[in-house]
Amino acid sequence: MTVYSFDGTLDGLLTAVFDAFDRHEQPEQLLTTGDALPLFCEQLHEVMTDEVKARRVWTGLEKRLSREALRLISVSGFSELPELFNPLFNYVCKTFRLPPDGKSIERNFADPDVLAVTNIARKVLYEQLRMKQFIRFQKAKDGTYFAVVSPDYNVLPLIIEHFRDRFNDQPWLIYDAKRHYGYYYEGADKPIRVTFEDETTVPFNLADGKLSDDVLSSDDHLMQELWRTYFKAICIRERMNPRKQLKDMPRRYWKYMTEKQGV
Amino acid sequence: MLTENTMERLRILTESAKYDVSCSSSGTVRSGKKGMVGNTVGGLGICHSFADDGRCISLLKVMLTNSCMYDCAYCVNRRSNDIPRATLSVTELVDITMEFYRRNYIEGLFLSSGVVRNPDYTMERLVAIVRKLRTEHRFNGYIHLKSIPGASQELLSQAGLYADRMSVNIEIPKEESLKLLAPEKDHQSVFQPMKLIQQGVLENKEDRRRFHHAPRFVPAGQSTQMIVGATKDTDRDILTMSSMLYGQPTMRRVYYSGYVSVNTYDSRLPVLKQPPLVRENRLYQADWLLRFYQFKVEEIVNDQFPDLDLDIDPKLSWALRHPEAFPVDVNTADYEMLLRVPGLGVKSAMLIVNSRRYGKLSSYDLKKIGVVMKKAKYFITCHELASPLPGTILGVNELRPERLRALLVSPQERKLAEKEQQLTLDFGV
Repeated sequence: MTVYSFDGTLDGLLTAVFDAFDRHEQPEQLLTTGDALPLFCEQLHEVMTDEVKARRVWTGLEKRLSREALRLISVSGFSELPELFNPLFNYVCKTFRLPPDGKSIERNFADPDVLAVTNIARKVLYEQLRMKQFIRFQKAKDGTYFAVVSPDYNVLPLIIEHFRDRFNDQPWLIYDAKRHYGYYYEGADKPIRVTFEDETTVPFNLADGKLSDDVLSSDDHLMQELWRTYFKAICIRERMNPRKQLKDMPRRYWKYMTEKQGV
Repeated sequence: MLTENTMERLRILTESAKYDVSCSSSGTVRSGKKGMVGNTVGGLGICHSFADDGRCISLLKVMLTNSCMYDCAYCVNRRSNDIPRATLSVTELVDITMEFYRRNYIEGLFLSSGVVRNPDYTMERLVAIVRKLRTEHRFNGYIHLKSIPGASQELLSQAGLYADRMSVNIEIPKEESLKLLAPEKDHQSVFQPMKLIQQGVLENKEDRRRFHHAPRFVPAGQSTQMIVGATKDTDRDILTMSSMLYGQPTMRRVYYSGYVSVNTYDSRLPVLKQPPLVRENRLYQADWLLRFYQFKVEEIVNDQFPDLDLDIDPKLSWALRHPEAFPVDVNTADYEMLLRVPGLGVKSAMLIVNSRRYGKLSSYDLKKIGVVMKKAKYFITCHELASPLPGTILGVNELRPERLRALLVSPQERKLAEKEQQLTLDFGV
């Protein structure tokens, strides 16, 4: 059994594809560095991530796949799921095995690898939609809007453009408490990626996303209260349906949401 | 300036607005602009929250005032009701909208109002608010504006330049029933503004062909709503009306609102313990069939079946009435026919059409793709089901529709049938 191990990045995976074709072999399994080896491992190849090789593989993919398929592949990469690696690796290899002018397999959802990659990409897209829905900003005294999130997948890079477009005249910060980084937008130019050296000094509580009182702008409490009032008033009590609510707004998002937080 | 005092009025006006079901923020794609706040994303829109009744909150749905000069029996805000009345000022409404929007609470504003003094006076104030939002506050998000029946054409044309979507509610599908519950209204008063809006949109389309920068007029089209269960109107009356409305070029959505008994004292209204939620749901399913599944309204409801079956969805109901159309071979059937198979949706039908070009699909593939095989298996043949092995799966024609209906409705029936299909070995005990 031939096994490749790589560093778990998308570039690493593309390098692994390059190596597989370079060495004229098809590894049965792709492992991330540090994984336990399978029982009957005869040959282990350590993939050294190489941007140039990855670039070449990607350029090749661009020629063989539609833009939509390429987008789904890069989106699936944000899932950070280990179960993505093997299907994606196989998908890319299969794509290169086909004649370059033939029909690509990207829309063959009966192919388990294509289906797996597509489904993972779909999950990531769903999560980024939920961020667009459920992010709640609080306004600070200096006019910056703060929001803390902890999405299941690493979707911040996918939603930043939406928020820049929508709130292009207000400075904001969206911070991923799970992955310890965020994006700051000054009110002009591009949002920049930020990390805090010492997370204990940040002016917001990472557990519930609340800004500390000395930073919070004076009217924000009133706005939050208005929103909670609205949220309660809009519900038709004769039609109570908490199951539907939970289905569309799972409990894991509630901790940062103004309307679900007590005072 | 917003104060604590605003809160109580916001509560009252939200309570008054909540029976209007429309909430979607779909239909317009407009990216952000420098110096303006907001964008609209199109597609399905964005729901920002979900209330305890499970309904989505996308727009700030609120009334300017809940005082009303009309006395419609089905409406919570009718003149003769003794409820707290309130009015928000133009500045208050604009401020709440902007502050909520900047915190990502909402996609925009859904503004409606009770009719005070006369339709024009009310409409004028609604227009004042959206104008202020768009021009002074540079608000670029979504605006859904209720148009007041009876308002002048000039006011409607002004409103249309600021609003993304406008709506007038039909409320009751049959005019005689409407006359009974709301003697001051008639269908004409609803269709007139609808026609004006449509005319505005079509003229605007023409203008934009010539002048690229002509401002857009109600780019997300119109919507309307019908109340379900407040009158004796059948589902056929309701759906025929919907289908007629969808025939108009600017009508995007018809909403159905299960009647909540708000005015129990009025003897013209039925006394309902619970709003007819299942019926409402079935109507939405039928509405979907009209819009996305290429069904005609007579196929769903007709003289023989004036009401929808509450136990099974309208597509399954159609399939059981038409067993001759099945089984459908998923590997060869047209997309239109795939859409008619119970258990197959638009998405899975698309996936099937794409995937079957690479090879024959088996039931395993279908399951993986996301087909609801529990239902679909009675109506399809696929790769291995067409195999010569006898009796692998009984289809709708072998089982008879009546039997299958019972099977799909009740769990006991299903267990019984599973037992029957299993091979039992008789050891002669």
